[in-house]
Formats: sequence, structure tokens, C-alpha cells
Amino acid sequence: MSMIYPTIETNETYLHQAERVKRQNQMKSFLKGMLFLLPSIILFSVFVFYPMFKTIYLSFFLTNAQGATTVFTGWDNYKALFVDPIFIKSVKNTFLFVFYTVPPTVIISLILAVIANEKLKGIGFFRTVFSSTMGVSVAAASVFWLYLFNPTMGLLNKVLETSGLDAIEWLTDPKWALIAVSATTIWMNIGFTFLILLGGLQSIDSSLYESADIEGSGYFYKLRRITIPMLSPTFFFVITVSIINTFQTFGQIDILTQGGPANGTNLIVYSIYREAFVNYQFGAASAQAVVLFILILLMTALQFKLVERKVHYQ
Amino acid sequence: MSQIELINISKSYDKQKDVLNSINLSIEEGEFFVLVGPSGSGKSTLLRMIAGLEEISGGFLKINGQTMNHLPPKDRNLSMVFQNYALYPHLTVQENILFGLKGRKIDKKEQQRRLNEAAEMLGIQELLKRKPRELSGGQRQRVALGRTVVSHAPLCLMDEPLSNLDAKLRAHMRVEIRRLQKRLGLTMIYVTHDQVEAMTMGDRIMVLNDGQIQQVGEPITLYNEPVNLFVASFIGSPKINVGNAVFSENGKYLIVENQLHIPVDPSVFCHIPRDRNLKVGIRSEHLMPGISKKENLHYLEAVNIEQLGNETSIAFELGSELWTAKWPGQWKIDLGQKVSVQIMPEFLLFFDADSGNLIKSAELGKSQGAVSV
Repeated sequence: MSMIYPTIETNETYLHQAERVKRQNQMKSFLKGMLFLLPSIILFSVFVFYPMFKTIYLSFFLTNAQGATTVFTGWDNYKALFVDPIFIKSVKNTFLFVFYTVPPTVIISLILAVIANEKLKGIGFFRTVFSSTMGVSVAAASVFWLYLFNPTMGLLNKVLETSGLDAIEWLTDPKWALIAVSATTIWMNIGFTFLILLGGLQSIDSSLYESADIEGSGYFYKLRRITIPMLSPTFFFVITVSIINTFQTFGQIDILTQGGPANGTNLIVYSIYREAFVNYQFGAASAQAVVLFILILLMTALQFKLVERKVHYQ
Repeated sequence: MSQIELINISKSYDKQKDVLNSINLSIEEGEFFVLVGPSGSGKSTLLRMIAGLEEISGGFLKINGQTMNHLPPKDRNLSMVFQNYALYPHLTVQENILFGLKGRKIDKKEQQRRLNEAAEMLGIQELLKRKPRELSGGQRQRVALGRTVVSHAPLCLMDEPLSNLDAKLRAHMRVEIRRLQKRLGLTMIYVTHDQVEAMTMGDRIMVLNDGQIQQVGEPITLYNEPVNLFVASFIGSPKINVGNAVFSENGKYLIVENQLHIPVDPSVFCHIPRDRNLKVGIRSEHLMPGISKKENLHYLEAVNIEQLGNETSIAFELGSELWTAKWPGQWKIDLGQKVSVQIMPEFLLFFDADSGNLIKSAELGKSQGAVSV
């Protein structure tokens, strides 16, 4: 029998077998993983990836009124955008709108969350009220504010009149229209931001505050040295999500101002809508959409690059 | 300086049943006082009431003779170490230690002086620039102690500070905390559920159960003369061996768990009531190997043997109870083997089976005297 070098022989066959079993197992777990991912892959493909690629494709064409491609134009749609004063204005408006909306939302929500985090009687009621705007639809909220902004019957102007000030044409005065839309948006976003910040506050270990109490720290010292730094991951999340959301604002513009006066509240998404469904320029609208996508991508990447390293995760 | 008095302290939540019930206690200056009890006994609540983190529902808390009931924690001049250390994860060790001093706007030079002093005392000079997450459990513990040191408060409260450490480190930190306390002359109130910590660290111990004080005293007193069955079985490791006992009809034997017949020695048994349900207890070191002497020998079946090297722990089955004996040295015993055990009647503790109160403790002084002669 060939038992002279049995170890070498068995070793080789053994290694070979082990290799094969390993590869089989890898294949099996890969297939299993794909099976779990399948529902999301299908949903994302149909509703996100396909429309995205279709948009990029359309942005290089001229289309007819049905949206079918007619002439390939290359980069012409994009070139036209950057000399179009209306589009440039809408980009400016969008950045201004983000600037008017996001910081006040976060600051107001933080104040409300700090108040609602106190252990007081009936605090559940206030928490519900503060977060309730989350449950109001964009349309309902816009109509509600439309009444408030009404130049003759609106509550805001009534208040101004009774305190002896001039009435303001909230939605038709170019000076005020964007601010009015921002106020509506702040009000609508407070609910969500408040809820996230309150959750962040409640996850801070109470023994940190107790220890600070015993060491004799004052209220604002604790707020500055414990609460704000411990909330930094929550701030980061809230600010990133708010900026993305604000970039995509559409509903309140459509109901309150339709982009007016003189394109003063014409934001990018509203401009896309008008280009595509009023002017039937699907190619140009797609190019705007791609530009918006790149803008949001850059903003978010910039945030992660600059801010995230300063965020403290536990 | 710091003498703490609790007068009729009680605590109840939402006017429900009391969590703590008329606690009367005084703690001397410079004393290491341990509150020990099972979880839910109210020991942490009591500590937090002393700290001012929980409201006091009834009674008075006096520190240095002044009533402190309604003072906020910062005015009580004390420091506290929490179970999870309560370190600020976003601050460095140095900032953590100086957090309180900065908040109270203490002079920068003084801060630095106290920091250096504490860091040197605890051996954490090299860690001052690190964040808490870069520290090991023992190092975090030292940082938490550092806060106590720099606060210069005469009274220190600790809430299970060692429960997050592994066994070896725990034994080490026990010694360090104790040394620190003596060195700084702190009055310490220390909460733990670990009776070994209580025994080894405390000048005096208070055993708490269900919101009631069971016994207050020195560790050895609690071990030798527990006032009731709860204290007897809570203090000491392994647990004290307990069994139901009755006197035989002719009164010549004490029958434990229907199995052990212990001859009644009038000198030992004279004050034991004959007509009541009894429980007897005996510490595991008093179940002695029955080799040298011939008297009081009993044969018990060994059901488990643990070899610890320096000693051997043997479990015997006795009626429904499992009794443990701890014999010094290494003993070779097989499972199921009948082993002769010497049970001296004077080592027995007698408890009233209904109330659980102690009737008679073991006569240890006499036996130790006999050994030393």
C-alpha cells in the first residue's frame, strides 16, 4: 500500500477540499444576502434608480410635449441653464431660503426641546403640541398660513394694524414674499426637528447632570458644557436632513405664491415643475433636476467632510 | 467636621407604600460607612437622598448639626462617585476632573494645583489629555475618584463604584479607595450589594432590606452576631448553613432537618426555648472534618466537591437543604461518599423560625480561647 507519505497526500487533498467548501459557503451566504436585499433592490430600482438615469438621459435631449425625445443636443440644455437669469435667480432664492429656514428652525426647536425636557406636570401635553405640526400636511398648513397672510382679513395684518403699523402685502411684496414662505416652512418643520432633538436630549445620561449638580454647576454652564456637546450628533443629523428637505421645497410655494412675485420665491424644484409641466420642456427640466441633485450631493458631502469630525459620538 | 444624622427618614413615591421606612442613623466624622442590601432594598435611594438628588418624603437629614432637607446638592458640600462614573465623554480627563471647579469659577492656579495633587495621588498624570473612551475601566474609576479629590469636600458618597470592574481589579480598587479615604480623612458613605466589599471596606455596616434597617454594626459583629436570619444569610461567603430544628420528645437530642441528631448539652442549650419552631445556623468553617476528635461526629453524604487549592469546599445534602463546609487544605473526597463531619453544639446559631430573630449566637470567644491555651 502507498502509506509511505500519507500525510502529504492527505494534506493536499484536505486543503483542496477545504478550499472548495469555503467557496461554496461564500456563494451560499452571498445568495442569501441578495435574497434579503431583493425587495429593496426592486423598489429602489423602479422608483429611484430608473427615474434618475432616465432624467440624466433626458437632460441631453429636446423633447416633444409628450416627453418623447426628439433631438440629441449634448450639453446645450446645461449651457442654456447657466445663462438663464430665471434659473440663476431660482438657485439664489433656494440658498437664501435655506439660510432663512434652517437656522431658525433648529434654534427654535432646541429651545422648545430643552423646555419640554423638564420634568413638569402635564409636560406630555406640551410635547404633543410642540410636535403636532409634524402631523399637518403641507397643503393644509399652506392654506392655513394663506389665511394668516391675507392682506385685508389676515390675522397678521390685523395685529399690525391694531399696534399702529402699516399692513404688509406678505405674499405679493418682493421684499416679504420669501420671508413669508420661510416662516411657513419653519412652522411646518419645527415638529419633526423638535421631536428628534427631544429624543437626543432624553438619551443623555441623567447621571451626567446629577454629577454636575453635586459639583455645583449652574443651569447655563450645564447647557453649554453638557447638553450642546452631547447633542452634536443629533444636531448634525437634523441640520443635514433639514437642508436636504429645504432644497426640495415645493408644496408651500405652489399654494402660497406660485413662485411670484417676479420670480421672488421661485425655488429650483418649483422652476423644474414649471419647465416640465407648464412649458413642456422636459429636457431643460431634467437638466435643472440634475443640477439640483449635484448641488444637494455637494452640500451634504461638504457637511460630512467639514462638520462630522467635530461631532462627538458616544 | 462632617457628622451625618438621619432622623426618621422615609421615602415614598406618589404617596404609595414606603420605599424607606423610619431610618435612624448617625455617621461619625472620618468613618467609612457601608450601606449594603440586596437590589431593591432602598440603599441607593437613601444615598441619593443624602446627596440631594431625591427628595426626602419624611424625617430630617442633618449634616454638621444643620438640617439639610431642602438644600440643593451643591450646597451640601459633598462629592459623589456614580456607578457608571458619569464621565463626560466629550471632555478630556483633565477637563472632566476640573469640570466642577470651573463651573464654580475657582482660581486657575488653584485648579491646576488641585489637579496635579489628585493626578499624582491616583497615578493618572499620563492620562490627563485622553478622552474617557480611551481609558480602561480601572482608569475611568480613578478619574471619577479624581473629581472627589479635587472637590475638597469632607463627605464622599459612592454608589456601587466597583460593580463595573472585573474581580481582580475590584479587589485592587477596594484597597485603593480605602487608602484614599483614610489619607484624606473623608467621611465615606458607600453603597454596595456585595457583602465582601462591605465586610472588607467598612468601619461600620448597615444592612438594609425592604426599606428597613436590619442591623448596624462593625463587620465582625454582623458576622458573629447577626440579629436575624436575613443578616446571617446575607453576610458571609459561602452562605451560612441553615436548617429547621426540633427537640426530640425525650429532650435529649436536637433534630436538624429530620436527619442530624445533636445531643443536648445543658450548658449550651439552657436558654433555648423548647416549645418553639427553631432554625439553626452554622458557618461553613464550623462544619469541621471529623478526624481528630471522636465526639459530635456525624456522617453526611458529599454531593459536590470544589477544589480551590488552599481549601476545599464540600456540599452535603441534609434533608431539603444543601450545607457547605470549608476545610483548609486539599481533601480527596469522592462524590456520594459518606464523610464524617464534626458539629460542635457551641458553634450553632439559634433563630426563631417564625420571626427569624436571633435567639442565641455561636460561642466563639470560648472556642478561640480554648485554641490559644
